[in-house]
Amino acid sequence: MATDNKGKWLVGGPPLAYLIIFFAIPCLLMLVASARAPGEFGGLAPLVADSGKLNLTLASYARFFASAIYLQLFGKSLWYALLTTALCLAIAYPLSMLIAASKKKYRDLLLLLVILPFWSNFLIRVYAWMIILGPEWALARIINGVLGVFGAEPVTLMFSPFAVIVVLVYVHLPFMVLPLYANLEKHDPALLDAAQDLGARPWQRFWYVTWPLSLPGVFAGAALVFIPAFGIFAVPDLVGGTDGIMIGNVIKQQFLETRDWPFGSVLSIVLMVAALGLTAVAALAARPRRNAA
Amino acid sequence: MNRRIPAWMWASAAAAYLFLYAPLLVVVVFSFNDSKLNAQWVGFTTAWYVKLFHNEEMLLAARNSLVIALLTAMASTVLGTMAGFVMHRYKTRVLPVLVLAPIAIPEILMGVALLMFFVMINMTLGLVSITLAHIAFCIGYVAIVVRARLAGMDESLVEAARDCGATPLAAFRYITLPLIMPGVIAGALMAFTLSIDDFVITFFTAGASASTLPLQIYSMVKIAVTPEVNAISTLLLLLTLLLITVATKIAPGLLRLNR
Amino acid sequence: MTLLEVQNVTRRFGSMTAVDGVSLSIDAGEFFTLLGPSGCGKTTLLRMIAGFDAPDGGRILLEGKDLTGVAPEHRNVRTVFQSYALFPHMTVAANVAFPLKMARTPAAELNAKVEEALRDVQLDTLAARLPHELSGGQKQRVAIARALVTHPVLMLLDEPLAALDAKLREQMQIELINLQKEVGITFVYVTHDQSEALALSHRIAVMNKGRIEQLDEPSKIYSFPKNRFVADFIGQCNILEATVQRRDGQVAELELPGIGLARAIVDPALRNGARGALALRPEKVAINPSGHPKTDGDNHLSGTVTDFLYLGDVTIYRVALASGQQIEAMRANSASGRARFFEVGDAVDAAWEIDAGHFLVD
Repeated sequence: MATDNKGKWLVGGPPLAYLIIFFAIPCLLMLVASARAPGEFGGLAPLVADSGKLNLTLASYARFFASAIYLQLFGKSLWYALLTTALCLAIAYPLSMLIAASKKKYRDLLLLLVILPFWSNFLIRVYAWMIILGPEWALARIINGVLGVFGAEPVTLMFSPFAVIVVLVYVHLPFMVLPLYANLEKHDPALLDAAQDLGARPWQRFWYVTWPLSLPGVFAGAALVFIPAFGIFAVPDLVGGTDGIMIGNVIKQQFLETRDWPFGSVLSIVLMVAALGLTAVAALAARPRRNAA
Repeated sequence: MNRRIPAWMWASAAAAYLFLYAPLLVVVVFSFNDSKLNAQWVGFTTAWYVKLFHNEEMLLAARNSLVIALLTAMASTVLGTMAGFVMHRYKTRVLPVLVLAPIAIPEILMGVALLMFFVMINMTLGLVSITLAHIAFCIGYVAIVVRARLAGMDESLVEAARDCGATPLAAFRYITLPLIMPGVIAGALMAFTLSIDDFVITFFTAGASASTLPLQIYSMVKIAVTPEVNAISTLLLLLTLLLITVATKIAPGLLRLNR
Repeated sequence: MTLLEVQNVTRRFGSMTAVDGVSLSIDAGEFFTLLGPSGCGKTTLLRMIAGFDAPDGGRILLEGKDLTGVAPEHRNVRTVFQSYALFPHMTVAANVAFPLKMARTPAAELNAKVEEALRDVQLDTLAARLPHELSGGQKQRVAIARALVTHPVLMLLDEPLAALDAKLREQMQIELINLQKEVGITFVYVTHDQSEALALSHRIAVMNKGRIEQLDEPSKIYSFPKNRFVADFIGQCNILEATVQRRDGQVAELELPGIGLARAIVDPALRNGARGALALRPEKVAINPSGHPKTDGDNHLSGTVTDFLYLGDVTIYRVALASGQQIEAMRANSASGRARFFEVGDAVDAAWEIDAGHFLVD
C-alpha cells in the first residue's frame, strides 16, 4: 500500500534515531578511538592535531598483538567462558529434559522456579556465593577438613579461578535452560519410540535422536552463556582475586584507572570480534547437514 | 510428553534446583542473623533492616534507582513497542540489528562505548547519562516481547478494521494496542526490573557521584561487608518476586515458551 | 448500471503472475462470483478490489471512480473475511458498531443502525456476547452484519462458508441469497466450490492461472462450457477427443478416435478438420441394456459397465467403450423396487441426443 512506507519511518524513526545516537555512534566512536593516541591526562588525544593532520595511529593495536600477557589473558577468558558454557550445558540438559518430560501443568511452575533466581539482582547472586565460598563457612571447612585428613594443604575457595567458574555457571544457568527447554519440548516422543522399536538402547536413543534434534537449542543457549561470560568483569572482580582476572577486568582498568582509552578500545574491539566471530563460526558449524551416519 | 522420568534425571534436576536456590536462601536467612559475620547463626534480629532504613547513602541510592527505573520503563516501553511493531510489520534490515545488538554483545562493551560517548559530547556523568544508557539496552527487550505478541495476533483483524473504515492509526489504537497490551505491560515491567538490577552499564556511565542500588551494593561488598547487604538483597528479592507475579498475572503467556 | 469495472488488471509476485490482465464489469445489485481452484488468482483479485493489495497494471473503477491509490478505509467496500476476523476483545454489538464508529456516526443513530443490522441477520439477542462465545454460523452472521451496517455499495465475501459443515452451509447459502435480494447490495463472492457458485450467482467468472476462462450465467457455463478447463471444473463431464469430419448446416459429424462417429451441433464458423473435444454431461447419457431399440437421430455407442457409484439419489455408471475409453452416465434411482439397474460386466448401449453434447474447440 502506498501509505505503508510512511508508516514505517514514522513509527520506526524514533527508536531508530535513539539507537543510532546512543548505540551505533558510541560503537563507531570506540572503533575510531582504538586508532587514536592516548591523551596526556588520560582519555583521548585530540583527533585533529595542531598541524591540521588527523591524529590516528595503530600503535595500540600493535602493542596488543605484540604482548604475550594480553593475548594470554584473552585465551584464559576464552577458556573460562567455554568451561562455563560446557558446565552450564551439563547441568541444564538433564534439568531441561525433566521439565520437558513433565506433565503440562507442572511445566510452567518448574520453569518459573528456574527463572526466579535470575530475576534477583545479579550482585546478590554473586554475594551469596561469596558467603558460601568464604573461609569461615561450612563448605570451605568441610573441604579443608577432608584435605586435612589426607595431609594436604588447605585451599581457599574464594578469590580463585574456581570461585569465578562456580559463580559464572550459577549466574548464567537460566540462559542455558530456557532455549534448551524450548527446543526439547517440541520433540516428537514418537521418534524415541520408533528408535526403541528399532533396537536402540537408551544412550543410543539419546545420541542419535535427542541430541541432534536439540542442537539448535544447545547452540542458542551456548551463545547466551558464552558471549556474556567472555566479557564479564564483575564476577572476577569480586571473587576472582588476582588469579581469576579476566579480560573484562583489564578493560575496566584501562578505562577507569589507567585511563588509556585507545588501548581499552582495542581490547574491547578484539573482545567483540572474538566473541561474535566465534559464535558465528559455531553457528556455521552447527548448521544441519545431510547426515548419512 | 508424559514419559517415565528416570531416577537419575530427577536427582540431577533436584540438585540443579538446590544449586539455584541455596545461595539465595543463605542470603535471606543471614539477613536476620544477629552477627556481623556471615558465618554462623547466632540469633534472630531485624536490626540490620532497621540500620538499612537509616542508611542515608542507601536510601538515596534506592531513590535514584527507582526514578531511573521508572523513566527507563516509560521511555523504553514506548520506543520498544514502536520498534517491535515495525520489526513485525515491515521488512527492515537496520532496525532489528540496532535493537537486538545491545542485548547480544557483552555488557561491558556498551558500558565503555557510552562512557566515551558521553565524555566526548561533554555531558557530565550522572543520573541522566545512566537513564539514557538504560533506555538504550531496554528497548531491545521490550521490542522482543511486543514483536512476539504481535506475531501471535491475527493479522486479518487489522485488515478487517481498515475495511471497516479505520485509518492505520485508528486500527492500531482500537484493535492492535488493546490486543497486545499484556505484552506491552510485561515489557514495561521487564524494563523496570532490568533497570533496577543493572550493574555493568551503570558502573561505567555513573561517573563519580551518582549512585544506584546495585552500585551501592557493589561498594559495600567490596569494601565493608555487613549483613545490611543481606537485608537490602532480601528486600530486592521480594520486590522482584512481586513484579514477576504481577507480570505473569497480566501476561500469562510471558514465560510460556510452548505456544 | 455498471458498478465495478476491472480494467486489464495484473498482479505479479516475483516471477509468478497471480492475476493476468483480467477485465470484467459487475452490475449494481448483482450476485457475482469468482470461481476457480486454489491459486487461480480469485482471492488476489478480491483483495485488490478491497484495497489490501495494489495492481501492478490496469485499474479498478468503482462507480466510475478510479480506486488506484485509495486506501481500504476510504473505499465504500466491505469485506467478509474467510476467518470472520471478529475483534475478540469487543462484544457482538461493538463489532457491528465499529464501522459506524469509524465514520463518526452520532450515538443514537449508531445504536439504531446496529440493532437493525443485527435483526437482519437474526442475532439481536446475542448483542452482548463476545466472539469466542459464538458458534461458527453465528460468527459468520456477525461478520455479515458488520459488513452491512454502513450500507456499502459493494460487499466482498471471501469463501465465507468454507468453515461451516454441509448442512449449515446449505442453509446459509439460502440465507445469503435472500439477504442479497433484500438489501440489494452488490455481492462479489469468491469460492472454489462450483456447486455453491452455480446455486448463488447471477453470473460467474471462472478463473484459472490468473485469467478468466469464461464469464457467464450459471446455466450457460454449465451447458456450454467454453473450453476443457471449464467443462471439467464445473460439475462432472465426459470429455471425448473429437475432430469435425463433415458439416451439414449446424449439425456436424465428429470423429471420435478409437470410438466411432457422433453427431453434434457446432458453431457454423468451424471448418472441417477442426480439432477439439466433445463435452458431454453424464446426466445426458442414457444407458440401456444392449439390444434395447435404438432411438433415431441420437448417438449410440456400445460398451461394458466397469464400475458404478451409488449415491443414493443417482447412480453413476462407468462404461468402457470399444476403444477402452470410459464414459460416465448418470441414472436417477427413481424407479422403485430396484437398487441397481446394471452390474459390472453388463453390455450396455449409451445414447445421447445430438444437441446434448457441446463441442469445445482447442
